[in-house]
Parts: sequence; C-alpha cells; structure tokens
Amino acid sequence: MERSEWPLWEIFIRSQHGLAHKHVGSLHAPDPEMAIKNARDVYTRRNEGVSIWAVRSADVTATAPGEKGPLFEPANSKIYRHPTFFPMPDEVKHI
Amino acid sequence: MYAQMVDTGANKLRALEDMGPEERAFQERVDADVKIEPKDWMPEAYRKTLIRQISQHAHSEIVGMLPEGNWITRAPSLKRKAILMAKVQDEAGHGLYLYAAAETLGVSRDQLVADLHAGKAKYSSIFNYPTLTWADIGAIGWLVDGAAIMNQIPLCRCSFGPYSRAMIRVCKEESFHQRQGFDIMMTLCRGSAEQKAMAQDALNRWWWPSLMMFGPPDAVSNDELRQRFVDQTVPQADYLGITMPDPELKWNAERGHYDFGPIDWDELYNVVKGNGPCNRDRLQTRVKAWEEGAWVREAALAYAEKRAARAQKAA
Ligand SMILES: [Fe+2]
Ligand SMILES: [Fe+2]
Repeated sequence: MERSEWPLWEIFIRSQHGLAHKHVGSLHAPDPEMAIKNARDVYTRRNEGVSIWAVRSADVTATAPGEKGPLFEPANSKIYRHPTFFPMPDEVKHI
Repeated sequence: MYAQMVDTGANKLRALEDMGPEERAFQERVDADVKIEPKDWMPEAYRKTLIRQISQHAHSEIVGMLPEGNWITRAPSLKRKAILMAKVQDEAGHGLYLYAAAETLGVSRDQLVADLHAGKAKYSSIFNYPTLTWADIGAIGWLVDGAAIMNQIPLCRCSFGPYSRAMIRVCKEESFHQRQGFDIMMTLCRGSAEQKAMAQDALNRWWWPSLMMFGPPDAVSNDELRQRFVDQTVPQADYLGITMPDPELKWNAERGHYDFGPIDWDELYNVVKGNGPCNRDRLQTRVKAWEEGAWVREAALAYAEKRAARAQKAA
C-alpha cells in the first residue's frame, strides 16, 4: 500500500550576501537533507541564492487573518514612532 | 499554458449590499487589486476554480516535459542536449511551483496527481501531439512556449497571491525557452536544404495547434492574444525563410494586422476528448513513472523515519 506523501517544507533563500532569507515557496521532501537538495534544484537554478533554509511547514506558527486588527492596528496611532512626526526648523542641520 | 484570468466566483451581478460581510470584504479586496492569500476567507466557487485551474496548469507543465524529453538522448550535440535538459528541468520546476500554489488551498499533492492519472483533470492539449523530428524541439520552444508566454503574462496579476507569485517566477524563465527554440530553427534554416525542409515541416505541424492554445473564440481576450501572437510570429518566420501553413495568411494594411484562415476547432475538441495522437501515451507514461517511483518515495520516507527515531533515542 502506498504510504502517505512526503512532508511539506517552506523554503527560504538568501539571494545575496548581506540580505535576509526570504520565503520563496514550498516543496515536498522526506527529510531535511533532501529538502535542501530539492530546494537547490527547484528554487536556485539561476544563481538565485547563496544560502537556503528549509523549515517543516508544520513547524511554522502564523498569525490568522482575523487577528490582523488587534495585532497591527495599535501601531497606526503611534505616529510619533516615525521621525517625520517631529518637524525640524530649517536652520537646524544634520538631524 | 492556456488559462484565463481567475473568475472570483462571486456573482458580480449582485450588488455589494446584497452580499454577506465576508463576501463583500473579499470582493472589495479583489476590486482594489489586493491579493487574496490562502488563509483569507474566499467563496467556495473561487477556491474550486483556483484548484482546478492551478492544478491543470501544473499538470500541463509536467506532461509538457514528455514531448521534449523524447529528444534529450538524441539531441544533435552536447550543447543542445545540455540546453534541452535545462529547459525540460525548468518545466519540472514550473509544475512544482504550481502544485505548491494549489496545495495552499488545502488540497493534497497526491490527490491532484491521482486526478490527473484518473483522467479527471485535464492538461493542455498541445502536448498530445508527437515530436517527430529534432526540428519539433525548435518549433515547440519558438511557438508553444511563445504562445504560453502570451497566455501567462496576465496571470502574474491574478488575484490569488500564491498563483500570482508562481507565475511571476515562471514568466521570468520562459523567455529562455522561446529563444532556444528560435535558435534551433535559425540553425536549421541556415543549414542544408534538408534541414530547412525539416524546419518547415515542423512549422507546418505546430502552427495550428499553437493558435488553438489561445482557446476557442468565445472570449474576446482569446482572439486578441491570438492575433497578437500571429502578428509577432509571422515576421519571425519571414526572417527564417519559412512559411505558415495557411494560404489565407496575409497582411491587412487597413486593420494593421495579419488576416489568417479559419481554425479547425473540431480538431481541438477531438484532442480534448482524448483522441489526439498521443493522449493515451502521455497519460500512460505519467502513470508508469508514478507507479515505478513508488518504492523510492516509500524507501526515502522509511529511511527518514528510521533516522529520526534513532536520533530521538540517542537524545
Ligand atoms: Fe513552463
Ligand atoms: Fe516553457
């Protein structure tokens, strides 16, 4: 009898030295080594990356769309967190 | 391959006020060009349409590897062989990006593959034609990938985030496919009389099926894209010194477009029904590959489980 399918992995690629890893997609693989090898073939065929992270999809904790309001709206009212909140006189330089 | 913009499944004739709050929020996001993500609420019809369209697209990429794969071992040089392998490998990648996008909608890969193998899911009819000579590899890249590019560009803007992102990745890789095909045609057309005849023969066989890739004339957008494809491809054939198999093809200065002869839609419907030259062969090859690979998939999983268990014991 056919066994269940290989687990799903989320793939993150660092495109250049100095940049953060970025999510590029997902793939199936039986274990971490194969996940990296498959990611190399699926997502970096044209020098798209210098480093790969593979994370089991089941291990990802994500926010739910319904939580968007309570989580992110509080930041909207805190405009003083942005430098533009503080107008500077023209005479004052280098600030 | 083929594919029209995803219908949202929401009844546009209904006023926003008549929709439930969730459906309304959904429709407003789509109208405002805000992408829908997998965990967002969506109408059932939208989810179903997406699963069908994305999986059919994925199947097309995978089955599409077969006609070209047929020539890898017989490519005329090591250079052409390496290029063709890279092209076919890209198509595998396209299939995988798209399966992954479909899976975000809660359907399993195994289910999608099973639907293909059971004949329940379709793939693009163009891949049910045979690749009889090496020139077919040139014609496919030039015409089939060329038509696919035109069909696929609008999908980069589709409303579902994972599909749109997969398509952006696909489109970036397609232009290599078209160019390597044209390059094969150029080499043949600059070669011996026999080589040029081979290129002409491939064009004769792939031209009409390529025009059919834009779908039946029931949507204005299908005909517009088809016309654009004809307009940009005819001068390329002129450059090669070969001609489209269409006695009615001629420049219409008044319209500013090429006029072309009628398409034999019965042929397309016949292929869609399963009676193309290679339908049975393509599906059989896929099923065989899947079945013969089962022990590898099982062994890899068993090995991973054994190692994980051992690591746990050691810890
Ligand atoms: Fe492709
Ligand atoms: Fe392609």
